[in-house]
Amino acid sequence: MAEAIALLEVHDVTKSFGAVAAVQGVSFPLYSGEAHALVGENGAGKSTIVKMLAGVHRPDTGTLRVNGADVDFAGPADAKAAGIAVIYQEPTLFPDLSVAENIAMGNQPLTRLRQIDRKAMHANADRLFARLGVHIDPTRPARGLSIADQQLVEIAKALNLPAAENPRNNQMTSEARVLIMDEPTAALSGVEVERLFAVVRSLRDEGAAILFISHRFEEITELCERVTIMRDGKHVATELVADLTVDDMIRRMVGRDLSALFPKQDVTPGEVMLSVENLSREGIFRDISFEVRAGEIVALAGLVGAGRSEVMQAVFGVDPYDSGAVKIRGKRLKPGNPRAAMAAGMALVPEDRRQQGLIMDLSIERNITLPRARKLARLGLLFGGAEKRAAATWAEKLQTKLGKLSDAVGTLSGGNQQKVVLAKWLATAPQLLIVDEPTRGIDVGTKAEVHRLMSSLAADGLAVVMVSSELPEVLGMADRIVVLREGRVAATLTRAEATEESVMYAAMGQEVAA
Amino acid sequence: MTPLALQKPRKPTMNLLKTRELGILLALALLVLYTTINNPRFLSGQSIRDNLLNTAILAVMATGQAIVVITRNIDLSVGSVLGISAWTAATMMSDHQGLPMIVAILVGLAVGAVAGLLNGVLVRYGKVPALVVTLGTLYIYRGITYQWAGGSQVNADKLPAHFLNFANDSLLGIPWLVLIALLVVGGATLVMRNYRVGRELYAMGSSPQAAELAGIKVARNLLGAFVLSGALAGLAGVLFAARFGTVDASAGTGYELNVVAAVVVGGVAVFGGSGTVWGAGLGALLLTVISSALAVLDINQFWQQAIVGALIILAICADRLVAVRIARSLRKRDAHV
Repeated sequence: MAEAIALLEVHDVTKSFGAVAAVQGVSFPLYSGEAHALVGENGAGKSTIVKMLAGVHRPDTGTLRVNGADVDFAGPADAKAAGIAVIYQEPTLFPDLSVAENIAMGNQPLTRLRQIDRKAMHANADRLFARLGVHIDPTRPARGLSIADQQLVEIAKALNLPAAENPRNNQMTSEARVLIMDEPTAALSGVEVERLFAVVRSLRDEGAAILFISHRFEEITELCERVTIMRDGKHVATELVADLTVDDMIRRMVGRDLSALFPKQDVTPGEVMLSVENLSREGIFRDISFEVRAGEIVALAGLVGAGRSEVMQAVFGVDPYDSGAVKIRGKRLKPGNPRAAMAAGMALVPEDRRQQGLIMDLSIERNITLPRARKLARLGLLFGGAEKRAAATWAEKLQTKLGKLSDAVGTLSGGNQQKVVLAKWLATAPQLLIVDEPTRGIDVGTKAEVHRLMSSLAADGLAVVMVSSELPEVLGMADRIVVLREGRVAATLTRAEATEESVMYAAMGQEVAA
Repeated sequence: MTPLALQKPRKPTMNLLKTRELGILLALALLVLYTTINNPRFLSGQSIRDNLLNTAILAVMATGQAIVVITRNIDLSVGSVLGISAWTAATMMSDHQGLPMIVAILVGLAVGAVAGLLNGVLVRYGKVPALVVTLGTLYIYRGITYQWAGGSQVNADKLPAHFLNFANDSLLGIPWLVLIALLVVGGATLVMRNYRVGRELYAMGSSPQAAELAGIKVARNLLGAFVLSGALAGLAGVLFAARFGTVDASAGTGYELNVVAAVVVGGVAVFGGSGTVWGAGLGALLLTVISSALAVLDINQFWQQAIVGALIILAICADRLVAVRIARSLRKRDAHV
């Protein structure tokens, strides 16, 4: 395979934004019929590479080569025309348009009068979803899709590059020849990941080149043949996955050895902080009961769509519930009132940090101090000093990589944004912390940081509820695991009872565990 | 194969969305019915004709505005573009009596297109919000017209007869003005609904960032939308001159607000991405009929503004309500319980 001409080659590419060199002299080849992993910590420059391959950014120096010939993409349309399909980290859908239109945008099937052939467009969407093994109504608007469904639509979109049935396009491009996936699995549950991998493998076997970015090493070893490791914008190594152990990869990524990944300390649980009793919401979840003690970490596990986030949104009061009760230290909490929840010492770190957790255009310090603005204010006015001090303390505690505290949060990398969200809520000194997918899209180093932090917070007497799709994280961190399936509690497992198998069985309803 | 692979019934959600245009038609029908009961002459041929003629110019401009608003922009300069185009057409026709109507129309379109192009270039390449750019050009275009016209005006007696007659002439019983408006609204509706470029314009308004990533030719489309809005305002200027005969530098002042009102009442979302051109056309019709109904019903004309204002707020509330209902019905359908 190695002597073949690369389908797509990154050759000695450099890209800077202002004074920051995001990528410096990186080279690697993507071969036809091969899945290639790109790994590195957050801010290592992976996303910048993706954006150059997608035609969004142009390299400052160095070249991209398709089939050995230099190419220069003036924009995303050029990259698409060259057969490069990209699935971005954050979904990029048009909420007002139908799912089918989202998939077909740019190469809708046309009738003879050059009008859009809706029937063919819907049939095509159905065909793609069938291939992915999911059912999403192609005629519904993209607005309101869950993150997992949005990701599936993105995947269908990527599979739908100009196809052979398009007679207008007499170029060589037929299917997606290069598929680039920037953390496509971050929002997917185990089953959906398996299905995605099956599709990716079949594309690969048909001769496509795959570039796969993920923070989950088990996925990389499962799917990829070759791996390129980056650190601080520089190329560290490109090797066959078979020649490396996971430890090797991690060591090269971070440039140091990592201690145990999931260090939850043992803590004697204290009083019951939160009790959720028979909570129900029509059409969403039913009869949910569990309790959390001080010093405990309780994980809500289950497939995406099982209602985990919805339950926690209702507990926090963002969403209403129909019946049941939420009690903090035995005192009933007013439903549908996040302010009351916050006053009772609750804090929620949401799943979708872009939409719910952060205000992207505001500065880092403003974001961190937002929930506490009233406390920091003197005579109703916010003075810069107090804000800055509070923000600096937390940014340092969480080892956030940032330029200036006054920079907009949107300029930070994904992992650092997540740290800012955490800082924002930890700064309120909560007694009960709800974290929804705390390490989604975060690199190993930061992940261990976040876990260490959660563990030490619990040791200090904080009660933590964690919603997570990552089983190793759930198993490593949680004292107890509440497994949800289709809006109901399928099982409650203690740490001793919980194994990957018992949790997955309960989540998929294949066997009654516990 | 998995718990996620649930077969869901495919229910066309579009039905809910279409209620908007139906709502306008219903309001229109009730209004006409009530007014006619009070004054049967409201449904006379002449009255209908007047209403349609008055709608035509507004509908032509609302078409361009709707497309611009769908891309999450706005064009506030259309009233001034109408003014400069009306003045250009009127002076040209009074100086060259023999010029055929089509020349006046083409000149009007061209003047408007240039004005629109300037708007588009400033929005796209100057990276200034459309609201600010077109508020600026609203004054600039009007200022140029005043500078050019001075205090003078072109009267109907200086204009050639064929130019003035155009507003009243018909083809197969349908006045030219109405025919042009129907053609513009219908053509734009079709393009926005069934052609790639139309869907791209919706996409741009729905998520500007995703539109760039999807490889949509955002710059070309955006310039196109502003050029079209300008050109249609220019066309409206020629029609205005032909219909009213008397043109001075203030022609069309404040018209942009009627146009935006028609678009919003017609169901085009102010933040882009949804709504239809024919809905905006219906909005123009509704606003026109309201003002003539108020006159027929002998209600103080000043109420008209308050009513238009209430309608705009009602329209936006309706949007919100429909959105909430759709979200709820989608959630119910996706639920697994």
